[in-house]
Amino acid sequence: MSRRFTDAQRSLADHPAVGIVVPIVTASGAILVWTGIKGAFDISDYLLPSPLAVVHALREQPSLYLAATIETAICASLGFLIAAVSGVTLASVLSLFRIIERGIYPLTLLFQMVPLIAIAPLLVIWFGYGRPSIIACATIVSIFPVIANTLAGLRSRDAGLNELFAILGAGRLTTWWKLALPSSVPSILTGLRIAAGLATIGTIAGEFIGSDRQPLGVLITTNLRSSQTSAVFASVLLAACVGFALFGTVSVLGRVLFARWLRGT
Amino acid sequence: MREAHSRGESINRTRRTNPPKPATHMPDSASKISQLPPAIRLQHVSHAFGAVEVVRDVSLEIPAGSFTALVGPSGCGKTTILRLIGGLERLARNSDDTPDAPDTPTRGGTTGSALTHASDATMGFAFQEPRLLPWRSVLENVALPLELQGESLAVRRARALEALERMQLADAAGRFPHQLSGGMKMRAAIARALVSRPRVLLLDEPFGALDEVTRHELDLALRTLWESERFTAVLVTHSIPEAAFLAERIVVLSPRPAAIVAEIATPSGPRDLHTWTRDDLGACVRTASDALLAAIAERRTR
Repeated sequence: MSRRFTDAQRSLADHPAVGIVVPIVTASGAILVWTGIKGAFDISDYLLPSPLAVVHALREQPSLYLAATIETAICASLGFLIAAVSGVTLASVLSLFRIIERGIYPLTLLFQMVPLIAIAPLLVIWFGYGRPSIIACATIVSIFPVIANTLAGLRSRDAGLNELFAILGAGRLTTWWKLALPSSVPSILTGLRIAAGLATIGTIAGEFIGSDRQPLGVLITTNLRSSQTSAVFASVLLAACVGFALFGTVSVLGRVLFARWLRGT
Repeated sequence: MREAHSRGESINRTRRTNPPKPATHMPDSASKISQLPPAIRLQHVSHAFGAVEVVRDVSLEIPAGSFTALVGPSGCGKTTILRLIGGLERLARNSDDTPDAPDTPTRGGTTGSALTHASDATMGFAFQEPRLLPWRSVLENVALPLELQGESLAVRRARALEALERMQLADAAGRFPHQLSGGMKMRAAIARALVSRPRVLLLDEPFGALDEVTRHELDLALRTLWESERFTAVLVTHSIPEAAFLAERIVVLSPRPAAIVAEIATPSGPRDLHTWTRDDLGACVRTASDALLAAIAERRTR
């Protein structure tokens, strides 16, 4: 019944097919403009490679780019997962004990404020070269929106339901598990979606410091040094794809797995 | 107050000389009240939120198995009296579970004593809103009190279904709150209040937001249930006809700070949809509204 209702409410802009077709049209337009500008102003390949050159770079070494993309995706996913689990846990602990919240929450702002590039070398010292420090980078960048959104969700629970749980004699932990956490699912998912995009950014930044493997961040830095701009473009494009895929996975999985708690939002 | 009492008796007289068809054999509700031990006893209860006096010197005995309605102008403090009976004001003061909520203004505090002899048993509470968890099915919502008491899943299921049957909502057990009408939501909320078989049921204007037809339907369902189960029920409402229909006794409260201005017995006997138009019910409603209007007028002249 509700399904039919929402279908009727949907305008053309919300149609699923439109969500696929329109971005493709826009992307094609952007590529045309890109090619047009390059041709019109006669920009050299070193400054702006043509779209075809980027495709060519990709087709020259497909296995290299595939391996790099997978490596970056693994680090971004792991960093995201750590941020998601520890972010929700930390926010829950903070909301359960207000004194701790008063003390710790300002500190969690540090995750947001500290320039990542500045501490990335430190992370290498602490966690080790390669994957560990890269994953740490991804986690640090993406944990703050998880904490902030989870806390906001946990705080905004309905006062009437809160009273109901108090009357029924529910303790703090029970109230958190059966009321606060379920009712903050929508805002937790918002935090996770933001975190998914940020985790990829953090991963690439961590990879700039260096890795014992060849992820996309390393491909970007090495190709920049040798002025292979088309290869840089290809790597950046793939990095964006990783971020988009992670974001999409989190959105879809969240909507499917937590459908019950998203009702009415 | 004395005057109001005599008015209440005059209602009973009217009913005797003018007997309604269905209920002549029923014992007089007023005499029945005096025979039963009190389930709730308020003695000189006053309550203030900060500097605002909300309840003034209310003494009230509510016998076990009776149905009492508190009626008064909106904002008069009748809900506060109900919350005092349920121990919620105390609860609200001690609870710091609501982060960032404004401090509950209970600093004024209570004087007098509010004794509810159901502290060992459970108390059922129905609010102005259904307060259902949107992510739980009706059955899971109704089972919530049992779940929090640590009952097993099988017991929870069986008793929640039974409570739903009592509110004629068993068909909707698997549905979710957003799939229910306002009336069905309220039925679910009352089923939840009844699921732990409380001896005392506290109802805070539970049908206030419903349309009139649905409201009458639920009034009848609740009254019929009470007639067969005889739990102690206390209802807060601003609708005098509803109070007369549901309760055995109407306690009329003055504007804030709430004080009792009249206690009026309603016609005894079972109710049906035709009770609404019965003369004795109408006379009872008139008496209660006269008392209420007089109290409002008196406050205004002061």
